[in-house]
Amino acid sequence: MDFSVLTDHAGEIGSGFLVTIWTWVGGVLAGVIAGLIMAVIQLSAGPWVRGVLRCYIEVIRATPFLVQLFLLYYGGPSLGLSLSPMAAGLIGLGIYGSVYFAEIFRTGFTSIPRGQQEAAAMLGMTPWQIIWRVQIPQMLVLILPALVNFTTILGKETPVLSIITVPELTFVLTGVGAETFAYVETLLALCVGYFLLAELCSRLGQWLERRASRYLTQGVQQRRALKPRESAA
Amino acid sequence: MNQSAAKRGAGDVMLEARGMSKRFGDHTVLQDINLSIQRSEVVCLIGPSGSGKSTLLRSLAFLENYDDGEVFVEGELLGYDRASDGRRVRSRPSRLSDVRRNMGMVFQQFNLWPHLSVLENVMEALLRVRGMKRDDAHRLALATLEKVGLAEKAGAWPNRLSGGQQQRVAIARSLAMSPAIMLFDEPTSALDPELVGEVLQVMRQLAEEGMTMVVVTHEMGFAARVADRVLFLDQGHIVEQGPPTRLFRHPQSPRLAQFLGNYLERNSLFEAAPALNRVDD
Ligand SMILES: Nc1ncnc2c1ncn2[C@@H]1O[C@H](COP(=O)(O)OP(=O)(O)OP(=O)(O)O)[C@@H](O)[C@H]1O
Ligand SMILES: [Mg+2]
Repeated sequence: MDFSVLTDHAGEIGSGFLVTIWTWVGGVLAGVIAGLIMAVIQLSAGPWVRGVLRCYIEVIRATPFLVQLFLLYYGGPSLGLSLSPMAAGLIGLGIYGSVYFAEIFRTGFTSIPRGQQEAAAMLGMTPWQIIWRVQIPQMLVLILPALVNFTTILGKETPVLSIITVPELTFVLTGVGAETFAYVETLLALCVGYFLLAELCSRLGQWLERRASRYLTQGVQQRRALKPRESAA
Repeated sequence: MNQSAAKRGAGDVMLEARGMSKRFGDHTVLQDINLSIQRSEVVCLIGPSGSGKSTLLRSLAFLENYDDGEVFVEGELLGYDRASDGRRVRSRPSRLSDVRRNMGMVFQQFNLWPHLSVLENVMEALLRVRGMKRDDAHRLALATLEKVGLAEKAGAWPNRLSGGQQQRVAIARSLAMSPAIMLFDEPTSALDPELVGEVLQVMRQLAEEGMTMVVVTHEMGFAARVADRVLFLDQGHIVEQGPPTRLFRHPQSPRLAQFLGNYLERNSLFEAAPALNRVDD
């Protein structure tokens, strides 16, 4: 094996790596924001809106990301939506991620006893203040592992973007492989690249979890302690 | 013994329900409730489990949206707005908050926010709702905690406190917003018996200071000594109401007589002291 192909194309590979990180971070951010909004709507809107949203979430969850991306990129123009590969990739990842993030947030919201919201509402706090100040700080420590887990999974979906020619790591390295016939070397490099990214993500997640739980375990302990009484009452 | 009409102001109505009903599905939980509460009046709601006491109290705060009739808080319609065509529509959250700005509520399960310290629990709404400066909010929160006897617990986490202390913090949190009306839903029912007295003591003090209060309770001693009026609720109806002396000594309806009979029997089984004296402990 000859790994010099990698050093010869270091510049391209480096930029592919950056594009991967960028699409990943962008997709996660878009997915988290959209997912949070969807979770809030699911928990507060009327039955009609909830039903429509529920269907949307089910459809996205039941279809492959690749198909969604094709639909967005190749089908978009016929609906008047012409996107660059990069834009289509980011939006696609955001849409795909948002439904999973929405489910995670929804679980988090429902884990906070309803009475805490009612107390806040009776004190005049607005719905958004209740979400930010009462619910999210408490649920974060509970849902952080699930958030980190899905963030890693979403990272492993980014190679799909190579199919619509987003110049990310997989696109660059398979290109180099085809050009130089160094298929094995480039594929191994790909594995190492994604491994490093996943590892980085999980380390970051562990660090966040430690910080969050040091700050918030008090609350969670109390909630557990309260549970039996609440159901008895 | 009971606060008399003299204590009250000019008889202004603080809270009023007119023909209010509430259903859960096909199940009618409250039926044609008419109720008017004067400034500084202390009203206790009693009744068997499932009679609709919590639902009534929660409807008076629009934590449950009542179906028919109206609720007025200091003359303002609660929870709904009149549309131009006369139909009523749900109020926006900001309007709802505005109508209940003078209303406080204390829950059976305290509902403190466990990720905030005792002091932060009390300060939160002062900062975010009242828009007070941090120093001012801090000072007011401490003063209010002092009032319920918990200033020295300001820095503690809620879960480090006893149930009685937690409930007093919850009262302070509500009180700091200077409500004119306070609603209590079985504030002592989640407490160990020896912690009930300290919470009732704080509530009694509030009553003496002229707070308008509606209290759902099983503490007949408190109702007997502190209430101006007791309402007996059964199957979603106000079956009987009046001053506690009359209601407890001479119940008119057989259902109230039976309810009180059960209550006294149960308590005399386990308590040497007469049940009605608990609040004086
Ligand atoms: N969210 C709800 N959905 C459906 N039914 C409900 C709901 N809340 C209360 N109910 C029903 O309404 C009736 C009155 O309940 P409520 O909690 O008001 O009674 P209560 O007098 O407060 O009883 P308790 O003394 O046990 O607290 C009960 O039959 C109860 O099952
Ligand atoms: Mg109740």
